[in-house]
Amino acid sequence: MQAVQSSFYLEDPFGFSATFVGFDNYIDALTSDYYLHVAKFTLIFTILVTFFSLALGLLLAAKADDVIRGSSSYKTLLISVYAIAPPVAGLIGMMFFDQHIGPFVKMAAWFGWDMKVGINYFDTAFAMITVAVWKQIPYNFIFILSGLQSIPVSVREAAAIDNRSRFGRFWTVTLPLLAPTAFFLLIINMTYSLFDTFGIIDVIVKDKAANNPITLVYKVYMDGFRGNDIGGSAAQSVILMLIVLVLTFFQFRFIERRVHYN
Amino acid sequence: MAAIEISSVSKSYTGDALAVDNVDIEIEDGEFIVLVGPSGCGKSTLLRMVAGLETITEGEVKIGGKVVNKKDPAERDIAMVFQNYALYPHMTVYNNLAYGLKNRGTPKAEIAARVNEAARMLELEPYLERKPRALSGGQRQRVAMGRAIVRKPAAFLFDEPLSNLDAKLRVSMRGEIKHLQKRLGTTSIYVTHDQLEAMTLADRLVVLNGGKIEQIGTPLDVYHKPASTFVANFIGSPAMNLVEGKLTGGQLMIGDNSMQFSSAPPADGPVTVGIRPEDLQPTTGTGIKARLDYVEELGATRLAHCMTDGERLTAALSPEIPLADELTFAVLPEKVHFYDHATGKRLSNA
Ligand SMILES: Nc1ncnc2c1ncn2[C@@H]1O[C@H](COP(=O)(O)OP(=O)(O)OP(=O)(O)O)[C@@H](O)[C@H]1O
Ligand SMILES: [Mg+2]
Repeated sequence: MQAVQSSFYLEDPFGFSATFVGFDNYIDALTSDYYLHVAKFTLIFTILVTFFSLALGLLLAAKADDVIRGSSSYKTLLISVYAIAPPVAGLIGMMFFDQHIGPFVKMAAWFGWDMKVGINYFDTAFAMITVAVWKQIPYNFIFILSGLQSIPVSVREAAAIDNRSRFGRFWTVTLPLLAPTAFFLLIINMTYSLFDTFGIIDVIVKDKAANNPITLVYKVYMDGFRGNDIGGSAAQSVILMLIVLVLTFFQFRFIERRVHYN
Repeated sequence: MAAIEISSVSKSYTGDALAVDNVDIEIEDGEFIVLVGPSGCGKSTLLRMVAGLETITEGEVKIGGKVVNKKDPAERDIAMVFQNYALYPHMTVYNNLAYGLKNRGTPKAEIAARVNEAARMLELEPYLERKPRALSGGQRQRVAMGRAIVRKPAAFLFDEPLSNLDAKLRVSMRGEIKHLQKRLGTTSIYVTHDQLEAMTLADRLVVLNGGKIEQIGTPLDVYHKPASTFVANFIGSPAMNLVEGKLTGGQLMIGDNSMQFSSAPPADGPVTVGIRPEDLQPTTGTGIKARLDYVEELGATRLAHCMTDGERLTAALSPEIPLADELTFAVLPEKVHFYDHATGKRLSNA
């Protein structure tokens, strides 16, 4: 709430005085080239991270589902491994791109790609997206796997009798039945890409945001805590809050629908 | 439509015990075969091996003369009706019926014709645009049947399709399935643990126990000549009385009661004697003496549970017959079944 109030004021860096400036902070934010540039990157980042972490999660879950069909002890084991995985995966992912010891950077070098994470814009974006996807896969995997497991075995068997193509069955029976889970995850992943990737970005850009890709959340932090532009930062965070509100609204609408669906 | 041959088929899941043990069944084209047996006897496993949903550990399954062991379920030209119906929850009734045809490249017009015909047969026409969740259990069951019918497959496979319905609906659907099967003439294998359902539906019954076939035969054959004490006990309700007896020459002793047989009985020494409850009739003459324990009234008949020399005997009597504490039962000699005391196998008698 304080953010909403601050967003209408121009404060001096030491917080002694504040002038009411109305929507100026919002207009500044929304018309600044840099803000729009960051917003564009955030959009691309969100789409790519959401898409790849869902797609890869689905791929892995579908494979795992084939393997563990019926064996519940294996399932519990797999799920508990994946439950502790995300934080560890985050660390490992970060290490992969370390400029000096990162295996990924070395591997890229073999292919003639001189990766300069933190310096080259594209390389940094690539590392950020990869680590963010990598970190989110286990989470998606668990949800998709349990979604797959909750599809009755006999429905799949009926489909096996009705349709000889494995891919056809996946497309026409499995995927539609997974839709509730997928939609839920879509919202979760978008929220994740927008907000929870803060830590990853922070480590990768290491305060050298100047020429590096950052997301809107990171910009709020930069402007507020580094740039001391409390009002502008607050305005930006209010915009972000609105986005969250919209996402949450869709999610609730959907949960309602889902209750009817079952 | 096709004959089905099941030759020396076995199934082991984990390597140790056999869920299905060396089963041979030859099913004629158009025949209605019912697999019956207690829970866990391997009925579903056997059916699912025919369907292709379970691999065949040993032996061969032929449908229409062709070995199908290696074929996918969709390539076997069979349709299956599952216990929980297994309808596609996200598809309308129409699409549930049409799905199998679409995937086989049937022309749209023909799909529509077949779906509508099946819907008419099963009185599903008003529900074609509904999703399965908006249907009652009985209606879902019909959709499951419809999904099988529209395909016009070589064989129908049923795995306890009626066990989720209430008793009354079960009886009427039972009649309908029988009727449909006769009308379509499609070879069918039907799994149930309900012996009454088995008796009423089957052209031939296959009684399974512990993965092995106990007996194959027409319902009347199986009822009147159970091949083992297991079948005798399993088929028929109330179950056949099985008591210990002793044969010496032409005389059978059950406790202190004796019966004289004119034709030579099949064995000497201890035997298991089987008598159906309805074959025990009270007499004023000599016979098996028993003390009345308790009575169950079923309306048309009355079950008199009695004790004779520590053995339990149940008689199905007409309600008109007056009951006394001490009863004497007469049995026609040809209604007495003899079983090997040790193996439980039927001893042939005249
Ligand atoms: N997937 C499986 N893995 C291991 N064992 C199994 C599996 N499916 C069935 N079995 C075993 O095989 C035997 C036969 O099972 P099946 O399902 O064929 O019995 P059923 O006669 O259909 O019983 P019910 O009337 O209870 O359905 C049982 O002992 C069962 O435990
Ligand atoms: Mg079964």
